[in-house]
Amino acid sequence: MVKTVPLSAGNGGEENSELISRVFYKAFKNDILLKSEDAALLDIDGKVAMSTDSFTVTPLFFNGGDIGKLSICGTCNDLAMMGAKPKYLTVGFIIEEGFGYRELEKIVRSMKKELEINGAVIVSGDTKVMPKGTIDKVIINTTGVGEVNYEGISSNSITEDDLILVSRDIGSHGATIFTAREGIELSSNLKSDCASLYPIVKALLDERVKITALRDATRGGLSAVLNEWARQSDICIEIDEESIPVSQEVFGVCEMLGFEPTMLANEGTFCLAINRDDAFRALEVLKRFNENAQIIGKVTDAHKKRVVLNSSYGTKRFLDTPTGELLPRIC
Amino acid sequence: MKESLELKNLYDDFRDSKTIKAYSKLIHQEAKKLNRNINIMEVCGGHTHTIMKYGLPQLMPKNIKFIHGPGCPVCIMPKHRIDHAYTLAMQEDVILVTLGDMIKVPGSKGSLQQARAKGADVRFVYSPMECIKISKDNPDKKIIFFAIGFETTTPMTAGLIDVVIRQNIKNILFHINHVTVPEVMEELINSRDEHIDSYNNQIDAFLGPSHVSVIAGAKIYEKFPKEYHRPVVVSGFEPVDVMEGVLMILKQFNENRCENEIQYKRVVSFEGNIKAQEMIERYFKKASLFKWRGLGNVSNSGWKLKEEYSYLDAEVIYKDILPIEEIEDHKLCICGDILRGIAHPTECTIFGTACKPNNPVGSCMVSSEGACAAYYKYGNLI
Repeated sequence: MVKTVPLSAGNGGEENSELISRVFYKAFKNDILLKSEDAALLDIDGKVAMSTDSFTVTPLFFNGGDIGKLSICGTCNDLAMMGAKPKYLTVGFIIEEGFGYRELEKIVRSMKKELEINGAVIVSGDTKVMPKGTIDKVIINTTGVGEVNYEGISSNSITEDDLILVSRDIGSHGATIFTAREGIELSSNLKSDCASLYPIVKALLDERVKITALRDATRGGLSAVLNEWARQSDICIEIDEESIPVSQEVFGVCEMLGFEPTMLANEGTFCLAINRDDAFRALEVLKRFNENAQIIGKVTDAHKKRVVLNSSYGTKRFLDTPTGELLPRIC
Repeated sequence: MKESLELKNLYDDFRDSKTIKAYSKLIHQEAKKLNRNINIMEVCGGHTHTIMKYGLPQLMPKNIKFIHGPGCPVCIMPKHRIDHAYTLAMQEDVILVTLGDMIKVPGSKGSLQQARAKGADVRFVYSPMECIKISKDNPDKKIIFFAIGFETTTPMTAGLIDVVIRQNIKNILFHINHVTVPEVMEELINSRDEHIDSYNNQIDAFLGPSHVSVIAGAKIYEKFPKEYHRPVVVSGFEPVDVMEGVLMILKQFNENRCENEIQYKRVVSFEGNIKAQEMIERYFKKASLFKWRGLGNVSNSGWKLKEEYSYLDAEVIYKDILPIEEIEDHKLCICGDILRGIAHPTECTIFGTACKPNNPVGSCMVSSEGACAAYYKYGNLI
């Protein structure tokens, strides 16, 4: 019989201990966690970055990752975007009664692997089990703290001295999830970009690249990040449309469904605002990790708080923030 | 090495910046020879989307303007039809199935998205044929296909009806909202401005909807040059297609021709897809009136199921619960004038304030293919 998580595994009793020791401690064990105190005691030097995020995704397992990998990348990437080295994470699992043990173990293994890439550990955790039908399979919350290695990164301080870069081709996570969820049968190499970004940020810092702002282009995609930056820094960002890297697979999905690659979510792609003097050096570093990294635009005062796309044949349009649920156009 | 066709081979040349620039130059040359303004209506929402996305108005001379037509099937759906969908979706044993962004359009009770949030089973599909799998997976439910779209999508609905009848599938029903293009084009030309009691539409020529013509043929536009003296060029959807279509229209004016031409020869023929046309004729007949959101009643512009198939018709089967009251468009909304080319989206007092894409008041803001939504989204930097 397939072993599943019973409702009683969330009540603090024996089934709860079994779940914790067999699944969670087994994967996440470290000195702080194994002390099993009411709260974890942490040693951190200097300024601390902290971030939290909750994760729900359908399907749970997709090409390029799963909800476990996502839950570690998501929080660690937010820390890395502030120039911090991810150190300690807490994790909260909310599990639907009857969820498969094997799937849960698979999710936890992905988390372990991703924690190692970041050099971070889980120091505290919580599990709740909800009656069948009240939630969709499993929801994971992670909260993380990191040591700030580079101070001054801010989305509020981008100026006309900066160039705008993107770390790789955009939209592959959104395209992968959308086609998987809607059961669009495509034979393609579509794969989510889900990945930890700290190693890339570390390489930039090691090269002493001067960073103005970093932001991972998750929900809302590239267009959301650029619009947030334009508003927060009271600037106009002008993007050269042809320079935005988009893979053939993502472009294909967009053509078919009437989406824009700039609106699709990413889980391992980030935007950079870098001083002109350092931008090309930053690009070299980014290209070591992904050859599709690109300088895509500049900062001007043409239309403050707006993002302008310039076409190669001389027309301009605004790039707007996506709203509402992504729905395909009809014709 | 294996030669393979990549997706970009299909569109690259039609988005080529040098070609677009070259057409822009030719259009400027032709436009200079004209001593008048020309307003071109692109009827189809797909064209509106291309024109706004690629910023094509910025490449036009001052005397050439686009008027954005009513060719978006989602936008023109009147509220009372959406209320039908909402009411059907809220029935216990019903799965309501429709296409794409239809589910976000608000009726008077709310949108299908909101019905879904209240527990209704609403699904969107890419092909009507997906209804067959849904019906097999849910034998104890009624699957109602809320069919929308122009000539382009009508044969797909007819195809599903054909399968339902041949396979004797008992739990798929239809709510038909298919509409046709030529009738509404005539309506736009003939419409009278009620305030000043005169015919004052501004349309000088049409860019003909081409995927409509893949099915119905270019022949459906014959009457426009002949009876209404409006040239038609059936154009494709890529920016190069639209630019060439505009150039062909201007040449007709300069050469004193008034014809029905095809730019999109790679897929459109004069006769169209005869098999698809037969399939439509087999199951559907024209409804005497269809109310278009923003435009009002247009005669002979909609399809309905023939009487002998009324056992598949959700409008007949559920007639006791479907609301019959027709709902007027919002008083401040000027979509009707925009669709006739009399007004511009930005002239509307509620554009971008009370009326936005995530809370549309009027038809043109509903889908990204509507004129107001396209203006809101892409702006107009010139």
